[in-house]
Amino acid sequence: MHYFIGNLGHLFVITSMVASLVSAFAYWKNLNVADPLKQDSWRTNGRVAFYIHGIAVLGIAAILYAIIQQHYFEYHYAYSHSSLHLPGQYMISCFWEGQEGSFLLWMFWQAVIGIILIHTQRAWEAPVMIVFALVQAFLASMILGVVIPFADFKIGSSPFILLRDAMSDPIFKINPDFIPKDGHGLNALLQNYWMVIHPPTLFLGFALTLPPFAFCLAGLWQKKYSEWIKPALPWALVGGAILGLGILMGGYWAYETLSFGGYWNWDPVENAVYVPWIILIAAIHVMMLQKNKGTALKTSIILAITVFILILYSTFLTRSGILGDASVHSFTDLGLSGQLLLYLLFFTISSIGLIIIRWKNIPSDEKESSVYSNEFWIFLGATVLCLMGFQVLMPTSIPVYNKIVELFGSHSNLAPPANQIQFYSKFQLWFAVAIALVSGTAQFFWWNKMDKEKLKKELLTPLLVTLVVFALIIAIAKVYEPTYLILTLCGVYLIISNIKFLTVSLKVNPNLSGGAIAHIGVGLMLIGIMFSAGYSKVVSLNNSGLIVNKEMGTEFNRDNLLLFINETKSMAGYDIEYRSENLELRKKKGFVRKNDIDPTSDPYKVVANKNIVYQNKKLYSAKDTFEVYPENTFYEIEMRRNGKVAATLYPRIQINPAMGGFLASPDIKRNFGRDIYTHVSAMMTRDEEPNWGKTEEVKAKIGQQFFVNDYVAVLEKVERVDNIDGVQLDGEDVAVKAKIKLQGEHEVFYAEPIFLIRNRSEVGRIPSEVNDLGVRITLLNIFPQTNEFLLGTNARQKDWVVIKALEKPYINVLWLGTGVLMIGFGIAAWRRIRA
Amino acid sequence: MKPQYIIAVIVIAVAVGIIILTAGDASTYVNFGQAQQMAAEGSTTPIHVVGQLKKDEAGQIVGLENSIDKLSFSFILVDDSKKEQKVYYNEPMPPDFLRSEKVVVIGGYQGDQFIAKKILLKCPSKYQEQKLDEGV
Repeated sequence: MHYFIGNLGHLFVITSMVASLVSAFAYWKNLNVADPLKQDSWRTNGRVAFYIHGIAVLGIAAILYAIIQQHYFEYHYAYSHSSLHLPGQYMISCFWEGQEGSFLLWMFWQAVIGIILIHTQRAWEAPVMIVFALVQAFLASMILGVVIPFADFKIGSSPFILLRDAMSDPIFKINPDFIPKDGHGLNALLQNYWMVIHPPTLFLGFALTLPPFAFCLAGLWQKKYSEWIKPALPWALVGGAILGLGILMGGYWAYETLSFGGYWNWDPVENAVYVPWIILIAAIHVMMLQKNKGTALKTSIILAITVFILILYSTFLTRSGILGDASVHSFTDLGLSGQLLLYLLFFTISSIGLIIIRWKNIPSDEKESSVYSNEFWIFLGATVLCLMGFQVLMPTSIPVYNKIVELFGSHSNLAPPANQIQFYSKFQLWFAVAIALVSGTAQFFWWNKMDKEKLKKELLTPLLVTLVVFALIIAIAKVYEPTYLILTLCGVYLIISNIKFLTVSLKVNPNLSGGAIAHIGVGLMLIGIMFSAGYSKVVSLNNSGLIVNKEMGTEFNRDNLLLFINETKSMAGYDIEYRSENLELRKKKGFVRKNDIDPTSDPYKVVANKNIVYQNKKLYSAKDTFEVYPENTFYEIEMRRNGKVAATLYPRIQINPAMGGFLASPDIKRNFGRDIYTHVSAMMTRDEEPNWGKTEEVKAKIGQQFFVNDYVAVLEKVERVDNIDGVQLDGEDVAVKAKIKLQGEHEVFYAEPIFLIRNRSEVGRIPSEVNDLGVRITLLNIFPQTNEFLLGTNARQKDWVVIKALEKPYINVLWLGTGVLMIGFGIAAWRRIRA
Repeated sequence: MKPQYIIAVIVIAVAVGIIILTAGDASTYVNFGQAQQMAAEGSTTPIHVVGQLKKDEAGQIVGLENSIDKLSFSFILVDDSKKEQKVYYNEPMPPDFLRSEKVVVIGGYQGDQFIAKKILLKCPSKYQEQKLDEGV
């Protein structure tokens, strides 16, 4: 038992919380003492305390990682999230699989940002750091794990809790020092490189919404009503980029790893981060208006605060367990809901209170902006963004609404919309159209005073180009759906008008190009989303025409397809064939067929029974022993078009009772024009003895051909053997082995049944199975007089798998747009950071 | 009228519209009796029903039918008011279906059949587990 390391970790947790409170207090004193000397020393105290806080946070992270990495399974965190065989790179994902680790990650980023602010923002240091330190204190309290004596009330959930304190397994009563030999393991869906970088990116995005909030509160408090915008804006821009990137990484992970057939599911957990991001984008726009044109100050204040409050609300939704039935992947309640609610309410109420107190003194816009001004269009765009966020926020909050109704003693049975994707898409699509139109148009008002005549002249060329490009796209990609046509048209308009702006701005001042590039990215994303989601096509459509369920009387579209091994089915222009079950190699890149290997006593090691070839490369020779990952089965699915192999896909299945049973991950063949995406939706279990058909007998001589389950078979030879599976036979015993060649669809198989006579009279028969062909052959009898052999053959249902395959056209345009958007954000942020 | 006011009016109208449409499109949690009544009254909005799989005394799940081609299946769900209903689902049976403690079916009645468009499974979560894995 390693008690010390856990106690040290816990000490760091307590230190981090106390230090952040001390820092907040010291900075508060700094603002409220009159003596300049004392001010200085209080500021130093505040800084030192925040540094101690930062070091403590680092200490917690280092210790938690050490516990995971060293496999100290006496700790609940290591036991629950890791195991001995977990590959090294995923060790780091264990860290944030649990709630405690992800709180820690969030705290870590905010500590880093806080330290940067201490050194760069002297004028704002005290009020901003008070907000920072308070937020950090709340976060530290979430992982505090301290029980208040007498009240029996637990604050926070510590990552350093011992397994015996977390679980009530009877073994701990017998032996309190019991340490499990292996851990529970990391969820297979999280064993993906995106899960190594998505959470840190997302939480960095979360953390980056704090500086604008803190600067805004500091500005209100210190009555510097508009001055806070300048230091806050670069943070907001970087935050917009990182949070957006984090969200899209999550989407990309879902596309690669989950089997719901896309990158965005409008799940409450996804919505909970989508809404703050959308509002953050709106906030960035009005903050830039305020800085450049001096308008929209009140809106900037409200939005900067709203973004952070929404981040807290999203934390509350996903971690309090309130989503319960509504979401497939929210965290389970750790008993922190009260604390989370307090965290949310504390900052909501205090910031709203501060706005109310200061409201009358905040300067309003002096004049109304004209329709022909840049301000008008940017403000309009921000308004559409807010409505866009609001539309998603409302239905996502239905579980909260139900809870509130319950609090008042009534009952509400509202459920989220039954078809989330359809429901949200039908609204968001039109908001996207509006965004494209508004932000495309806004660019024409950038430079100079516009009027009707001038606008007509400016608009003419871009509109014509837009129409030509649009016509080309629909001609090539064959878009006919009216709503998609409108979205495509608006997306193209957005891109073209921004390209025009970009060409002009590059000549004048390249630093100004960030906005235009970002908007081009958005336009590309809209078009990519339109194609990949709107024209996602089921390739595995079952058009056999059978009425499957007679009771129903109606014919269903079957999106799934039953494939028997080595049997080709053709549909949607593809020939699809299920070839084999595979395991992934541990030391080399590639897969090995389960039929080509034999198990050893160590589940992670296997022996090749023939040369292992993958993608025309020989990886191992027969009899080699090598390592594999035994948990995952990969189904080799070959897709051919016009006789040529278009893709060989290996969708994955993990059967893992500890992790909720069945985890399916798709495999994707990426082409520029379209992705082919397939996943397993059902497969056979090998737990039960298969149902063998009636034995058919055949008498054969050496070299004679016969049929087994419609496959051509030849009895090649029969020979005497001295040992069976390495066991030496006794002197009196006689064994013969027949070698039967079977011609499969793609390759030749050999069945080698054994006939055995022991103690002169006892007859034993060891049948031989050919898995791929679903046949079993037994050597039943030998007739030495006629040189004939009696063979018994059985057939069973062949191996099968049920798959679903989708085609996603032009999804790469979405990823391309994402990249362009990030570049645009980067340029814009860099310009503001340098200023 | 100034365009700002027009826009303000539009914004308010859209916001109110969103709230009304959200309420309209929201589904509800009901039991099979209520669902049947709703269907009889001509409602086609999909609803949520929460229930458990029907089991015999020995704890074995009964009434499960897999189609021959394994692409669809039907089962008997017992809702909170103990009403039994055969539910048809046009997707292959999820391999962890039999382990689920609670099943939420989203769909509606067509005649006497309940057609599920989507199934959510509540499996015993690993977080709630108080026992160690076997064999460690």
